[in-house]
Amino acid sequence: MTKATLNIAARFVVLVLVQVLIFNHINFMGYINPYIYILFIILFPANNNRTLFVFLAFLLGFFVDVFSDSGGVHAAASVTLAYVRPVFLKFSFGTVYDYQSIKFNQTDFSSKLTYFSALVIIHHFIMYSLEIFNISKILLILQKTLFSGIFTIILCLIITILFSQKRK
Amino acid sequence: MQQIINFVLRNKTFLVFLLLFGLSLFFTIQSHSYHKSKFVNSSNMVTGSVYQVANGIGQYFNLADENKALLEENRMLKTIVHNLKLDTIKLSVTDSLKFNSSYKFRSAEVYKNSYSQTTNYLTINKGKKDSIKVDYGVITSQGIVGIVENTSRNFSSVLSILNTRSRINAQLKKTNHIGSLVWNTESAEFAQLIDISKFAPVAIGDTIVTGGQSTIFPKGVLIGTVNSFKIDTGGDSYIVNVKLFNDMTNIGHVYVIENLKATEIKSLQKPKDD
Repeated sequence: MTKATLNIAARFVVLVLVQVLIFNHINFMGYINPYIYILFIILFPANNNRTLFVFLAFLLGFFVDVFSDSGGVHAAASVTLAYVRPVFLKFSFGTVYDYQSIKFNQTDFSSKLTYFSALVIIHHFIMYSLEIFNISKILLILQKTLFSGIFTIILCLIITILFSQKRK
Repeated sequence: MQQIINFVLRNKTFLVFLLLFGLSLFFTIQSHSYHKSKFVNSSNMVTGSVYQVANGIGQYFNLADENKALLEENRMLKTIVHNLKLDTIKLSVTDSLKFNSSYKFRSAEVYKNSYSQTTNYLTINKGKKDSIKVDYGVITSQGIVGIVENTSRNFSSVLSILNTRSRINAQLKKTNHIGSLVWNTESAEFAQLIDISKFAPVAIGDTIVTGGQSTIFPKGVLIGTVNSFKIDTGGDSYIVNVKLFNDMTNIGHVYVIENLKATEIKSLQKPKDD
């Protein structure tokens, strides 16, 4: 149990640092940045305490916000993501998702892709809506959501594939 | 009573979610109003130290560019100094001294710079300890960078001109027509000069500098050149697309400007506003 907790804590710190020190500065084509820190929310064990999970997601977003001077946009998006995650677990994994005991590296690729894409797009949409905070710029919001989203999804899949093979 | 407690316990995840979401919305709205982003900003001890370590590693990669910029700035300053020396016989020395004594320059190193969001900030390595205060201007040798918005003991966060909340008084170099420099989030190379009178003789290639109207920047700090311009929808002012002299994506060292006469000017202007 303590090993799992330590693992989660380490993942939290590493993802925040990697996000703010490396991935916030990629600026591919001028403005496209991947937000890979949400891997923490995506891969959080499904059988844990949900209230704690929502709170941890808030802390995660808050730290990224403090580092990137963005008010509370990452915190808001992360909290929402953590709260709606069970819906997407059911939606993407269907019958495999039985009694909250899912292992992410044992699921098949297509359902994993659906799950990742849905969560990433939701997160990015909330984040950019709050960051731009202007309904007349909806096109800019959608454009940023789409491009950054694709980048994030690809990177998240690569990272999960790399690290899951190492463990076996 | 029992039912209320039961309700809270049953929906505790939802209530925690609502609370935290409300809190983050509060932070977001605060960050959208000027001078109110007190809680969440990168000028605190924790983020400052992390960026300091990262900068310690990263700065070596930019040394060549930094050297080139310094050399160029040195050349420019040498030109000014040596040309002045010849003119001092004719010019009264006190004039130039008076001009210089209203502003104090401090150098600082940029620890973090962003330009891909719509609200961009920089973090610099000088803070209250080095008498940096809110509303000091920040420039490089090439042009303006932004305005100090928050300070801690060792660090400050700077509102970049690449921020939708930034609004800087600017003018044409050749005439005194003033306008405001804003940013439309489209490119880190361009900013927009709005509210400039349609009677102003704007031409492509003209230089835009800061106006003397604000107490933050001295008059005549370089901003950029006119890239294109059009009449805005109202029909009585221009919207000028300004190509910035500064490469905002690559900023290593900056100067922080203190206007020593800011309080005097502000106290003079105050009664007029009422």
